[in-house]
Amino acid sequence: MEPLLRLINIRKTFNSVKDQKVEAVDEISLEVWEGEFLCILGRSGCGKTTLLRMIAGLEPPTGGEIFLENQLIRGTDPNVGLIFQEFVLLPWRTVLGNIEFGLEVMGVDQAQRRRKAMEYIKIIELEGFEHQYPKELSGGMKQRVAIARAIICNPKILLMDEPFAALDAQTRFNMQKFLLSLWEKTGKTIFFVTHNVDEAVFLGQRLILLSSRPGKIISETKVDLDYPRDIHSMEFIRIRKEALQQLENN
Amino acid sequence: MKWFSGLLLLISVFLWQLLSWLGILPPYRIPSPLGILKGLSTLLVDGLPPGYLLHRHALESLLRVFYGFGIASALAIPLGIVMGWSKIIRAILTPFVEIVRPVPPLAWIPLAILWFGIGIKSAAFIIFLGAFFPILLNTISGVLMLDVRLIEATKVLGARETDILLKVLAPGALPSLWTGLRIGLGIGWMTVVAAEFTGVKSGYGLGYLIMIARDIQRPDQIVGGMIVIGFIGYFLDSILRRIESRLLEWM
Repeated sequence: MEPLLRLINIRKTFNSVKDQKVEAVDEISLEVWEGEFLCILGRSGCGKTTLLRMIAGLEPPTGGEIFLENQLIRGTDPNVGLIFQEFVLLPWRTVLGNIEFGLEVMGVDQAQRRRKAMEYIKIIELEGFEHQYPKELSGGMKQRVAIARAIICNPKILLMDEPFAALDAQTRFNMQKFLLSLWEKTGKTIFFVTHNVDEAVFLGQRLILLSSRPGKIISETKVDLDYPRDIHSMEFIRIRKEALQQLENN
Repeated sequence: MKWFSGLLLLISVFLWQLLSWLGILPPYRIPSPLGILKGLSTLLVDGLPPGYLLHRHALESLLRVFYGFGIASALAIPLGIVMGWSKIIRAILTPFVEIVRPVPPLAWIPLAILWFGIGIKSAAFIIFLGAFFPILLNTISGVLMLDVRLIEATKVLGARETDILLKVLAPGALPSLWTGLRIGLGIGWMTVVAAEFTGVKSGYGLGYLIMIARDIQRPDQIVGGMIVIGFIGYFLDSILRRIESRLLEWM
């Protein structure tokens, strides 16, 4: 079977102020399989966000190639959805207007996109909030809208950049469970980036650990635990501890 | 607070009237409020010059302003969005803007008359110049202040350049743009009066009205005209503020 997404020797260097080259991402190669929930784990500043931005087509890699279903990624592509840490909803659009955005630019007619958006509002459990503006929503609600806005376009892969980092602990936990149920329902491929070890072990089927400056793959771990995962189980604690140690040593 | 400012206004007008009665404010320097009211009523009923009634003067000035302001908005908003969006276009056009902008609109009056003759066109041109730059600069800064991630987020959702211009930059720049419109309309309204001081030789216009009142030495009618100008300016801005609270309820 062919992987859905394939990264081959991805490098990214930035020019810093003094014309020095800063290496953000160094020789990352990995494959993502369809339907998989993959977690990339690394400390702040390890190039995780840069990596996501390259896959999303917002920035070209300095070296290497990224393929989605054997198609070279050259720019943004509706097949690749992206969720930002800071929600980034259009503040002048209502919940409905935000969710409809992707369909609107695709040229779907209004009645149809309204119908579809209402479906997704049900999925993210925001019935009754269709006509609210983002300023009236809590962080968790905003992120649900951002998720609906991305998956309504039916992307092949959903990239998530620390999507729950700005939320309080309780909301974050709820959102993690929500994301898992969404994943189980839709079978979407999820590429999830986080610095939070608990979150990565709780969510991912596979963990990829990145070192800092430059971001380089340290190790890959398969998490063979059933969902929903028990964060107090021996196996969970063992994987978590191992990941922590590896992050500390690199 | 509103009733308080109303009360304060009432008290000041009353004090003013009192000082006039007592002869401390001589009428040939500043007319009394009652005198101004009388002057206004003659402007309304008899007109100045006779037959040229106040409301026609006001309407004519308003028409000039809408003309100039309308063209200014129609050009400055799209240009501002494009200049905010494209670094290259901004770099090319900014020097022109910055050289033309400090020239007072009134300094253009001789040229305007040369180009358009005396009449609504040259007045509208002067108003256009007064309103254009505040709208342009506020639109540019509205676009520049936009969160880049909004553009990226919509790009990822499949937005093309035109989508980004129309559905992200334009609405996103609206708060700042709207401030530009309010400033532009205010300046336009100020410029119309000044333009009419020199740019109108006969007919209608509040500025023209004041000039004639000066010629026949009627301070009551001069101040009456000034008050009408003030009230209309306030009224125009309050309309824009009304629309603004509707338009920007998402903020």
